[in-house]
Amino acid sequence: MQDFVQHLINGTSLGSIYALIALGYTMVYGILQLINFAHSDVYMMGAFSAYYLAMFMGLQNSPGVATLASLLAAAMIGCSLLGLAIERFAYRPLRKAPKLNILITAIGVSLLLQYSAQIIFGADPKVFPKVLEDSVLIDFGAVQLKSLDVAVLIVTVIMMLALNFLIFKTKIGKAMRAVSQNMTVASMMGVNVDRVISFTFVVGSSLAGVGAVLVGMKYPKIDPLMGTFIGIKGFVAAVLGGIGSLPGAVLGGLLMGLSEEMVVAYLSSTYRDALAFGLLIIILIFRPSGLLGKKGVEKV
Amino acid sequence: MSEKLLEARTLTMQFGGLKAVNELDFFVNRGELMGLIGPNGAGKTTVFNMLTGVYQPTTGEVVFEGNPIRGLKPYQIARQGLTRTFQNIRLFRDLSVIENVLVAGSHLARYGLMAPVFETKNFRQLESEQYERARHLLDIFGLEGKKDWSSGTLPYGEQRKLEIVRALATGPKMICLDEPAAGMNHKETHNLMELIAKIRQEFSLTVLLIEHDMKLVMGICERIVVLDHGVKIEQGTPQVVQSSPKVIEAYLGVDEA
Amino acid sequence: MRVPMLTFLGLMILGVIAEFTLDSFVQLMLIYVLINMILGMSLNLVNGFTGQFSLGHAGFMAVGAYVSAYLSTLFPDLTGGMGLVTFPVLALLGGLAAAFAGYLVGLPSLRLRGDYLAIVTLGFGEIIRVTLLNMPAVGGARGFYGIPGPTDWDLGGFVISKFLIGYAQAMFWVVACFFVIWRVVRSAHGRAFLSVREDEIAAEAMGVDTTKAKVRAFVLSSFFAGIAGSIFAHYANYLNPASFGFNRSIDAVIIVVLGGMGSLTGSLVAAVFVTLMPELLRPLQELVGVDVRMVVYSLCLILLMILRPKGLFGSKEVFELVRKYVRKTS
Repeated sequence: MQDFVQHLINGTSLGSIYALIALGYTMVYGILQLINFAHSDVYMMGAFSAYYLAMFMGLQNSPGVATLASLLAAAMIGCSLLGLAIERFAYRPLRKAPKLNILITAIGVSLLLQYSAQIIFGADPKVFPKVLEDSVLIDFGAVQLKSLDVAVLIVTVIMMLALNFLIFKTKIGKAMRAVSQNMTVASMMGVNVDRVISFTFVVGSSLAGVGAVLVGMKYPKIDPLMGTFIGIKGFVAAVLGGIGSLPGAVLGGLLMGLSEEMVVAYLSSTYRDALAFGLLIIILIFRPSGLLGKKGVEKV
Repeated sequence: MSEKLLEARTLTMQFGGLKAVNELDFFVNRGELMGLIGPNGAGKTTVFNMLTGVYQPTTGEVVFEGNPIRGLKPYQIARQGLTRTFQNIRLFRDLSVIENVLVAGSHLARYGLMAPVFETKNFRQLESEQYERARHLLDIFGLEGKKDWSSGTLPYGEQRKLEIVRALATGPKMICLDEPAAGMNHKETHNLMELIAKIRQEFSLTVLLIEHDMKLVMGICERIVVLDHGVKIEQGTPQVVQSSPKVIEAYLGVDEA
Repeated sequence: MRVPMLTFLGLMILGVIAEFTLDSFVQLMLIYVLINMILGMSLNLVNGFTGQFSLGHAGFMAVGAYVSAYLSTLFPDLTGGMGLVTFPVLALLGGLAAAFAGYLVGLPSLRLRGDYLAIVTLGFGEIIRVTLLNMPAVGGARGFYGIPGPTDWDLGGFVISKFLIGYAQAMFWVVACFFVIWRVVRSAHGRAFLSVREDEIAAEAMGVDTTKAKVRAFVLSSFFAGIAGSIFAHYANYLNPASFGFNRSIDAVIIVVLGGMGSLTGSLVAAVFVTLMPELLRPLQELVGVDVRMVVYSLCLILLMILRPKGLFGSKEVFELVRKYVRKTS
């Protein structure tokens, strides 16, 4: 039982990171109906932005909340700029092109980021700076609440509250919701669609940046291909929750993290990476629109 | 004599909180040319989508030739002989005119996947029959000369005509035309209506015609069903419909003052 | 059947010329070009003609390669002239295995929206690769060694080389793949594929069983991917799961996109280009000291989609464009 509670804590911590990544996929999908393959590499670049900021400012070994905050800021800014550039230069020229073309472009951008990163940063893994002291905050004997997990949870909760505020309480959030409902009508109502889409990429990408720092904090090794697996899991989480639905992405992320933790704990770690695809296939067969997704009716 | 070919029973289509069509009952007799009219947004196209399987009705049943067809896939319904055109023209734009027509008859060309590879006799014969048939259909609508054009490059009016040819090529018993004259001028419309009368004769077709222009339907339809806000408000001969206060109200609105 | 046969014989003459004029490295590249041609044409059937998007072509190639390789180790003697009979049979079996895998993957995913297929096939490719890594019977991560392949065939002093036998087999399947796809696309089946690409809802309303059409295209495409895998397995005599990663699937996608979605001859031309690209980029790589191949690739992909969204040849065949050009200039 205590074991189970411990796994619950670990799984929630992992799942909230998946949720951050899943939010980025789901937001872009909700607005452009595009699986943004490059999202996982934006995440990777976030980790490297934080890494180089730490190198530059000499923060490699000064754990603390200030370090966490500055690395988060670096990753969020780095990812936002990158997301903005990708949208502007790769996706926007194709706004009216067939979906297939945009999808191929997304794959192209993903590959470009991965391989340029290998050339620029080198293919070898790098050690991520120590962000926080890894200590046990509360010890119930068999169940331990560790500082890193608590930090992950606090940061993700703050991010999600901020996102919620942004989308439901601000003008740009209202515009985002309008564009995802119907782009043409929104633009006729005077919404600057291009700006809203750019903004969506900024928000989604910075969440990926946050995820990258949190992952770097928990598993301090980063390399140019680090986005691949977590990207797939984030995407599966988004599909699981119902792609296009923000609460769905959070729910999907948590489920994904928890089930992964449980599979590793009670079955075997070899199934860890097969789990994502297994889940995906099950969803696609039984509930293609996901847990919280709406079944789309194509207009005829 | 007047046998029901198609019957819709308490058809309802609900999108979220909105009932686009509400408990609609109507029937079409074999060989009839019936009109389905109503102001914009009355739910006419939704009715077509339910009849042809694009939408699954929330409740209700559709009976075609005595068989329930609700829940069948659109292609199954098409193969049973109920086909349609689209209001917002959905041609296969990058395919040639004749290819558009050939696609519609492809379930009639019965040969295996490997038959074209070995160019079997059966394949060649069926294929030349298909081409012959497609050319004949195009000829009726005066499109034979443009059979190799890319269908997306046809003038608008001819695209509408090609939609009808394509639907005819499935070998239908009944055809649902969704505003076939939309965007045409008076002369083109007149010409089209004559063509529709002609194919109805030649292929002994039953036709259900959507139109929001009342005058047009009055001239050629034998019976008319009028929809407003998803509800049937009137049905009967053009004379009946024309003089119905409900219809006049729906079309002109009521002056409250 | 005369045209494909004559085409094959004509191309065999080129093979004989290649036998005497090219060195063995170039000959090897030539075989790889042929394999990539099959991969490109078969993927074009799904991505180009049917408008679906598969990202797991390497997975089907792997199925064909490993099934064919495993079966071949069960036979003691495959050397010399025997190869001319056995390898096509093995390829056929590998192709059928891949087609079956295609059916299993395609049936659930092709009912859904287009982009799901991309994800499912991507996942399938990874699952195949990981499964192979964990299968000791076929070498696992170490790789599968000692796969029988074409050998020199001694006809009492007159020797037909390994290359020529391998070339004959690969070329046979290139020609078969080309004509099968070419003719199927120009039949009722192929028109159903095209209509799915153009407008799925309209296709359904015109009596086209779109799911069946998509599954058919996908199965036929997987079949030829399996064939390509078999040829690869027996010519290289060695297989490794790493050869069937995401990058190989991307190679196939690039061939299709570069050549033009819906242009078979375009895929042929693009296959030559993509196979030789690493060699052509070698000087650049030596100059900058890092592997820039994938960077150049991905840039090409993005620029192509933006500047020429239908690929170099669009959906036109190469000779149609040549004819047009000749007419314009004369």
